[in-house]
Parts: sequence; structure tokens; C-alpha cells
Amino acid sequence: MSGLHPAQPFPEAAREQVNQPQLRANLRKVTHTIREKRLRATQELPHWEELRQLGEATKDASLADLSNRLLTLEASVKARGGQVHWARDAAEAREIVTRIALAHQVQELIKVKSITSDEIELNKALDAHGVHAIETDLAELIVQLSNDTPSHILVPAIHRNRAEIQALFNAELPGEGHLSDDPAELAGAARRYLRHKFLTTKMAVSGGNFAIAKTGTVCVVESEGNGRMCLTLPEVLVSIMGIEKVLDRFEDISVFMELLPRSSTAERMNPYTSFWSGVTPGDGPQEFHLILLDNGRTDVLADDFGRQTLRCIRCSACLNVCPVYERAGGHAYGSVYPGPIGAILTPQLLGMHDQNANTLPGASSLCGACFDACPVRINIPQVLIYLRGEAAQHKGPTLEALAMHGMRLAMSEGWRFEGAVRLARFGQGPLVHNGKITALPGLLGGWTQSRDLNPFPPQSFREWWRQRGQGQTPEVDAAPPQAVQ
Amino acid sequence: MSQLPKSEAPRSAEIARSAEARLEVLTRINRAVAGTEVPELPAYPQSAPLSREEIVEQFEDRILDYRAAFTRVAAQDVPGAIGAALGEVRRVVVPAEFSDAWLPAGIDVVRDAPLLSHAQLDGIPAVITGCAVAISETGTIILDHQGDQGRRALSLIPDIHICVIRAGQVVQTVREGTEQVAPSVRAGRPLTWLSGGSATSDIELVRVEGVHGPRHLKVIVVDG
Amino acid sequence: MKVDLFLTCINDAMFPRTGQATVRLLERLGHTVNFNMRQTCCGQMHLNTGYRSDALHLVRKFVNDFRDAEVIVAPSGSCVAMIRELAPEAAHWEGDNELRREVQALAPRLYELSEFLVGKLRVTDVGAYYPHKVTYHPTCHAMRMLRVGDAPLKLLQQVRGMTLLELAGADECCGFGGTFSVKNPDVSAAMLADKTRHILETGAEACTAGDNSCLMHIGGGLHRLRSGARTIHLAGILASTEGEVFA
Repeated sequence: MSGLHPAQPFPEAAREQVNQPQLRANLRKVTHTIREKRLRATQELPHWEELRQLGEATKDASLADLSNRLLTLEASVKARGGQVHWARDAAEAREIVTRIALAHQVQELIKVKSITSDEIELNKALDAHGVHAIETDLAELIVQLSNDTPSHILVPAIHRNRAEIQALFNAELPGEGHLSDDPAELAGAARRYLRHKFLTTKMAVSGGNFAIAKTGTVCVVESEGNGRMCLTLPEVLVSIMGIEKVLDRFEDISVFMELLPRSSTAERMNPYTSFWSGVTPGDGPQEFHLILLDNGRTDVLADDFGRQTLRCIRCSACLNVCPVYERAGGHAYGSVYPGPIGAILTPQLLGMHDQNANTLPGASSLCGACFDACPVRINIPQVLIYLRGEAAQHKGPTLEALAMHGMRLAMSEGWRFEGAVRLARFGQGPLVHNGKITALPGLLGGWTQSRDLNPFPPQSFREWWRQRGQGQTPEVDAAPPQAVQ
Repeated sequence: MSQLPKSEAPRSAEIARSAEARLEVLTRINRAVAGTEVPELPAYPQSAPLSREEIVEQFEDRILDYRAAFTRVAAQDVPGAIGAALGEVRRVVVPAEFSDAWLPAGIDVVRDAPLLSHAQLDGIPAVITGCAVAISETGTIILDHQGDQGRRALSLIPDIHICVIRAGQVVQTVREGTEQVAPSVRAGRPLTWLSGGSATSDIELVRVEGVHGPRHLKVIVVDG
Repeated sequence: MKVDLFLTCINDAMFPRTGQATVRLLERLGHTVNFNMRQTCCGQMHLNTGYRSDALHLVRKFVNDFRDAEVIVAPSGSCVAMIRELAPEAAHWEGDNELRREVQALAPRLYELSEFLVGKLRVTDVGAYYPHKVTYHPTCHAMRMLRVGDAPLKLLQQVRGMTLLELAGADECCGFGGTFSVKNPDVSAAMLADKTRHILETGAEACTAGDNSCLMHIGGGLHRLRSGARTIHLAGILASTEGEVFA
């Protein structure tokens, strides 16, 4: 996997992941823990549903008025001494960051966890120019040290358990080697490793959770303090942010500070949130660059149903409640955006013609748990269904399409349907063994991989109903209604 | 390592590219949302209001839930509370404008004036600051980094952060807290929101206190 | 009350017993049941697989078939959710706002069976007798799209002779998901494995639910495991009496 682009269709990627018992056990444990915690954190607020509606409307308002808000943001950041860059795609964004790094002659920079930077595959591009990007978020550090890729929006190393991290840190962190698997001790090792980097590195790169147009403010929500370090101590700060993250006024942030922490880490509030507007004289980086990234977002925006995807505040609640994510894991989605939100965001960013990405909307049983959990009410199940329709249009005439169309024709009249069922009943003969179907051919073979099937019964309901109307089926039981009130 | 572009030519090419990208992105946005109405925002949902005393009690409950330390004292007892919070620590840094009246006797107080280097701050074990506003519902302290709070690095690098909050500074809801610091943001001030000490849940989603930020947050609420 | 039964295509062809049970139950409660022989399918499978135009043909047919019905009852949460929640959206996607209006006008008269009994008729004791150990799996679309809540449980709690056993992880999807189960068989099977394990852990003889599609999947898994546990539609339990057993 690299950036947004899945290397294979979801069903194949999932097959490889689903059969790894350690991964399944790790994911099962963490997703179940966080599910209960999230429910407690959200149920504590009696007006949670109203907050979700306000969050939804606030984001929709921003999307509807996006160009004005971006122009206001640009002007405000500039007025506060920052510089604003526009990037149409990943390559442009990478170029901008690289150019700034080279202009400052840095060989190393520190990074706050940013999925947007993973989306544009920034680290690899910097490496090619001799600039090493050090991930400072604990989970991103784990992923980086193990040459792995993130598998979760909030906790990129969620697929790793403590024993795996213990082994990694003992092998890779300078001066370590005797760490236990206690998460506190492992976090302590990361602190020792990164402390000096924070105090001495000249340049940092971050993402942005939100930006405020009128005040030119960018916001980073985090837990460990690595964000504060990166946003405060270096001389130069570059923040890369999707264009959809902008809000109008500072007061708009309030609802999201209620929705986001409770939905993501299931806390009342996350430990640290930083806000800054351009450059603050005498405090923090004295050179600030904000990169506004499109990279497919305007295509998502142009679809008036798919657009709601851009409300996403990257909380990861949908991943944590998703039964498919729980079994397949984040890597199966092949993109930096995994889980239900990834299943709708990745194919829309890439375009439905991408033959791997367009299998992602199929990666759902449509159980609806993601919509209930989404703090900005993205109707993920409906968008999934919508995108399946868009994908089918890009696949042309397939066997599946023919079968579906044929079934529709058979169902166009009651009598046709009855005839088709009768035909199927005769046709199924060779498949039935001991009253069950245990192996189906072709497209349906996936069913009998792990389930048996009842054959069509000798009489359909409508056949019975017709007989009953003609008095051929005796009324079995004419007892009066009992205990009805 | 590649050489950085020195000449003016690549720079002007970059300016042209950026202007072109800006125009294209804005045009695409306008085309994408043409005719879309900006929805009215529904009213902000309200929490049932608590009394002053309940607010401070809720704040205490939340701070303790984050496993940070909490003390509540009368104004004249602040130096004693700070002394107790410092324990064995004898050296602290404070913002230039931090009130002398609150500082206990017998400790080595370094003022951040002139500004200390990061290395100097790293050598000081504790920092004492005030705050702009605090929120009881979430146990959040907001710094706008003026006056008795100091610049951002000050409350970040030392390992112990003692935060002195006047009881009247504690509001109930996130919305009230946000509104209180809005003027600071409009004036260009940065903000730091603190809810407990530094923490991570990156290993098996188990919360661990104390990563990169101050590992110890000690809150002192002052009555009167 | 005159009740129009929308049986759904899968029940008609594969689970006629569920249809018979629904008829028996409603008649026992004093209602007149009508089965419009023109009816076929709600179009859910087509819509969820991406064949929007085929799906909307079937939605249009549904609207035409049931236009004059006073009340429509279906023993399937998922097909009711399709018509009430998804069809209006899908019509809008295709720009067919007339169909959208028509489905929306029809939607308030369409009920899932447990919703109809508990919410509309205000009945929880339907006089059923079913002397077995049973566990209940709430199906996703009834739970999260129709919000039937505990209506099925209220009905089951009143069934005489029955032991109702609590299912761990009840609100987790069984992994059916229509064509998901054949297009992503590995993930679907992993979800099913957890569901069947939880069912078997209850010690129940049967697992019940309001949707035969989910039950076909769960039952297929239970049968493959040679577990002896079986599935029965909620209507089958509610229609069963001392004199007549529907499963």
C-alpha cells in the first residue's frame, strides 16, 4: 500500500488479513474496549444527538461556502505573518514541503501525526531529497521503525500488541534493549528517544484538524504532547491541510471539541489541543507555512450526495464499531484511510474508475453501526450503496450485471416470478444432497464456502395462497384470537 | 543532499504555479457547489446549569479522573499549596508577570525574562502558570499565553506543570470556555487546551499518563 | 383491520412457512389478510449491489402494487427499511422525484411485523406457545434503520413455554449483508463464526430473528457446523400454539 492507492481489490486483501489469528485477536480486543468506552463518553451528554446535528450543519455550511472561507483563511493567515500555498495534488504538496526544507538546509525534520501527509506520501519524497522525517507520535513511530504502514486513523499501530512493540523498541531504539512490555515503560522509551530531537530540530511538519477562516487559526488535537513540541519549539512550521477542514468563526470549534474527543479516544477531552494564528512574535515558530490541499477533494465536493464524506473529522469511531474492520484490519483497505470512512473516501478521492478502490464500497455488510457512531452524521451506509451504483456504471456489462438484470425481469410480474421460482426448483435438483445445498457454482460459490443452503421448498407461498383461496388447503386451526388486548 | 534552488527563476516559477493552483482549486470548488445553499445552524444545545459550587466540584472530579493532582485553597494559602505541590523540587520557572504573592519562600524562582533558551528550560524541573479560563464539564484548562501564563514553550518543556486557577475562572461548558477565549484568538494569541497531563493510548488503546508534555499536572484552585 | 401482506421475494420462494405463519398470526388477532399476487420484490438486492435502475423498476412496481393498501405488513426488517429509508434516496439519486414522493407517501403505512404488533396494534401477548429454548438476534436493519427497539423482545417474552436466552454480542452484525456474503466470503464467514459461537454458547435450540435472509446465513452456518441448533423466524414462534407448530 502507498498513500491512497490500494494495490489489490478489497476481497483479496481481506482474505490475507482475516486469516491471521494474532491480528484478529489484537483488533478484537482493542475495538471492543473502545466501543464500550465511547458509549459511556457519549451517553454522558444528554444532548449528544443535538451536538451531532450541529456538527453536521456546521460542516455542511463550510462546504457550501468553501471558496469564501478559504479566501478568508488565506487572508487572515497572511495578515498574521504566515504564508499560504495551494496544492492541486499530492505531487504539488510534496514539492512545496521539499522546497521549504531545502531552502532551510535541514537534513532532518520532526512530524506530528498527519494522515494528510501519509496521503501524499511525504516522507518518501523528503527522503529522496536527503531529508529524514522523524515521526514523533508514538504509534507513527512504531509504524516507521518497523517499516510498516498505518492501519487505523487514530492509532496507526493498532494492529501491533505490546509484545510486538517491546521487541521492536528493544531492537531499534538507541540505548534500549531491556524494556518490559509495560505500555508506560514503552512510552517512556519513546520520550527519551525524541526529547533531544524536539529541543534541537529546526523544522516541523504537521497536519491540521481544523482551521478558522476569520482568525487565520490552525488547530491540532493530540494526546502525547509531541504535537505541542513540534508546533512550538522549531523555527519553521509547515502544516498540510485538506481544503475541507476550514470553519468560519472561532466559536464554531466548540461543538467539535465536544464531538471529537468523545468519539475518538472516548475521553471527555483529549489531553492537548493547540491553536495558533500565523506567527506569534516571541512565541513558537517564526516562519509558518499553510498548505491547502485538494488532491481529489473537489471531485468529492462536486457530487452532491457523496459530498457529506467531507464532513469527516477523522475521529475513527466508525472503524472501532465496524465488524468488517474488526475482522479484516486496516491494511486490507489498502489506503491511509481505512474502515467505513475509508471505504467511501478513498474511492471518491481516486475516482470510481480505479478498479481496486472501487471494490471498497463493497467492504461492508451495511449493518449501519458506523452511521450511529459518526459524530457528524455521515450516512456511511447510504454513501456505500450510492457508490456501489457509481462503481457498477464503471464496470460495464458483467456477468453479475446480466444476472441482476435477468432477475429484475423475472420479478417484473408476479406470474413471471412464480414461473422463475418453479424453474429454479427443478434446476436445483443436482445440487441438493440430504436436503441441503452444500456447494454452489460460479458467482454464488462464496456462499457455500462456509454455509449450507436450504433448497427451494416444493411449494412457494403464492402457490399455497392460491390453493387456499380455492379451498384446497384446509384451515388448520380456527381457534379464536387469544389474549389480545 | 540536493542543492537548494538559489536563483530567482525557480522562485518565480513557483509563484506562478501556486497562483495557477489557487485559481484552479477555487474554480473547481465554485463549480462543485454552485447553487448549494448554506444551511442555518441549529441552536447550540445547552447543559442543565450547575451552581458555582457544583461547577468547581465537577472540575475537581474531572481533573482527578485524568489522574492529575487537585487542591483547593483560600487565597492566602496559595504559597503553601504551591510549596506542597513542588515537594522536593526547589527550582521553578515562572512567566515574567507571575505574582510574587503566590510564590512560597525558600525556592529558586527563575523568571522567563529575558527569554530562556529551550536548553535552559529543559534544565528546570517545574513551571507555575495561571490560566485564561477552565471548563468543568471536561476538566479542561485553557491558556492564551498572556500575562501570568507565559509563552507556549514555558509550560511545555518542564516536567511538572503547576497551574493556579481562580475559582471564578472555571466555567461549566466547552461553549462558554470557547466564547471566553474568542477575543484572545481574534487578537492573534495562540491557545493551549490542557485536559490532564500528557497521555497516550497508542499501545493497545491503554491510556498511559506521561509522554512528551509535562508528565505531572498539578491544579490549584483558589477561592475568593 | 385489512392488512396487506408484503411477504418479500425470498420468503415467497424459500420460506413459505413464514408467510403462512404471518397470515395465521394476523388472522388469529382478528385481521383480514390480503396477498396481492402481483407483488414480487422491494429491489433491495439490486440497489445494494449497485444496480440502481433495476432496483427502481422494482420500487416503482412495489408502489403500484400497494398504492391502495390501508396497512402493509412485512415479516422482514430489511425489506421494510429498503422501501422506507433507502428507496426515497435512491429515487432522488436517479432524479426521479415523482417516485420519491410516491414512496414517501406510502412509507408511513408500511410496517415490519413486530413494529406493527407492538407499535400499531399495541399487542405484546399474541397467544403463542413455543416450548423451546430460544435466543434472539436483532437484525441490523430492524435495529438501526427502523429502530424497532425491543418490540420483538416484548413479543417473545410473552410466549408461553419458551425460555428466552440472552445472546452475547447480540447487536453485532451476523455478516450476511446480501451480496456481501458472496463477494467478501472470508470476512462474512469470520463474522458468522462469532455469531454462531455466541448462539451455541447460549445453549439455545433455536435462534430467532425478524429476517429470514439473516437467518438463512446463520442457519447455513449452524448446519455446516452440524451443531443441531436451528433458526426460526419470529413469525413462526408467534404463530405457534399448542395445536399448531410453525417450525
